[in-house]
Amino acid sequence: MSQARLELQHLSKSFGPTDVLADISLSVQPGEFVSILGPSGAGKSTILQLLTGASTPDAGQMLHDGQPLSPTQHRFAFMPQGDALMPWRRIIDNTTLGLEVQGLRREAARARVAPLFAEFGLAGFEDHYPAQLSGGMRQRAALLRTVVQQRPMLLLDEPFGALDALTRAQMQRWLAGMWTRHRWTVLLITHDVREAVLLSDRIYVLSARPARVAQEFQVPIDHPRQGAGSPGLAAIEAEILQTLLNPED
Amino acid sequence: MSNAAFPRLLARFFRHAGPATASVSTLILGWEAYVQLSGISPTALPSPSRIIGQGFVQREALARHSLATLQATTFGFASSLAAAFFFSILIDFCRPLRRALFPVFIITQTLPLVAIAPLIVLWFGFGLTPKIVLVALVTFFPMLVALAQGYEATDRNIAALLASMGASRWRIFLMARLPSALPYFFAGLRISITYAVVGAIFAEYAGAARGLGIYILNAKNNFRPDLVLAAVFVSATLTLLLFGATVLLQRAAMPWARLKEIRP
Repeated sequence: MSQARLELQHLSKSFGPTDVLADISLSVQPGEFVSILGPSGAGKSTILQLLTGASTPDAGQMLHDGQPLSPTQHRFAFMPQGDALMPWRRIIDNTTLGLEVQGLRREAARARVAPLFAEFGLAGFEDHYPAQLSGGMRQRAALLRTVVQQRPMLLLDEPFGALDALTRAQMQRWLAGMWTRHRWTVLLITHDVREAVLLSDRIYVLSARPARVAQEFQVPIDHPRQGAGSPGLAAIEAEILQTLLNPED
Repeated sequence: MSNAAFPRLLARFFRHAGPATASVSTLILGWEAYVQLSGISPTALPSPSRIIGQGFVQREALARHSLATLQATTFGFASSLAAAFFFSILIDFCRPLRRALFPVFIITQTLPLVAIAPLIVLWFGFGLTPKIVLVALVTFFPMLVALAQGYEATDRNIAALLASMGASRWRIFLMARLPSALPYFFAGLRISITYAVVGAIFAEYAGAARGLGIYILNAKNNFRPDLVLAAVFVSATLTLLLFGATVLLQRAAMPWARLKEIRP
């Protein structure tokens, strides 16, 4: 097997008396779409905090391309929950945020993102404020802001959680299409089984707190996928739901 | 503007300003009627028409004194804003300092102005300085609280996002915490600006060469309630104008705040 883009080995983390992560081991290969699926409060967001350097693990190792991950290196392009667009910045200036933090001048950053607006379905909305856009468009802008940073890996934290069901389904298919074209390396955190199955190559299902990897699922179906109706995906979805709803005791 | 737009604009103006205009005019008309019908002495209760008439006769003096008050208000408020920004940033970056300074700031708010104003004049003289100090004293705390609260209102996801991008703490402050505080800042500004004029007048009342406060004191000592009320009317107008200016400033500074989703 080739070297993993990301490898987590036996991570554990407690906040005071609360054990949040018991034993998390997982890996993500380059160009792979991996999801972490778990019940609410299972510690999914804690894993992201460890990855983004917002907190440090009590034990275990985090390797990026074989090297230990240090909090000063920013290997990941992170997309937080909701869209986290700044209401006071126009859409184009929201999407350049990461580039500006990297030290690019505003004009140069704009020139870098402008050609991508059409592909993200945002052409003509560059100078709008986030409040003027629909929920789906805001999510696409947030994803554009994420990928334009050109980090080796994307971290998506429940990106479509705040959307209504129909928009969410549309966005999931849209993301599936985008991923098929770009083959980003993605770690997706979600509690939506259908979303995980539609998008992922592999899925790690977490146990309730303190979290450990309860089971790992492969989704051996070629991209682009036909959507949630296809029998192959439905079977895997049912199997995962079974694991989540009837945790072995 | 099309022909149809103008009546609609007029209707909107009356819907918004109509009730206030009606209540204020009723009050003034009732007052005028009472003074005329009861025959009460103008040294006890002058009629609105007398106040306006005498105020007009005294317009040059009133304008001169108003200008002094406006000057004290502006300088005092500007120093207060500068101090509020400075200290709000300081306590935002240093929690222990927040716990150390907040009680001091709260104590400044408990000082009775009646007692403190003459002392400040005693310490700083009859010039502009004591007015600036007093205006700043009255308006500093509300502005500080508004800013500190505004920084705290920053969306945690936005802060986490910037941190994940590698932004420094100061960068996160400038890019996220400061803009997040804007609505709070303007809410504080609207409240403080009304205190500011009153604070300046109070300082002048305690002793000054010029200003509406000293004008009111002199008018009172000369048994001229009409001129006292004319000066009060001017100060109320001044406050309303400054209040209106903050509203316009907010609209200009936060164009995104009034936007709605575009539905094609």
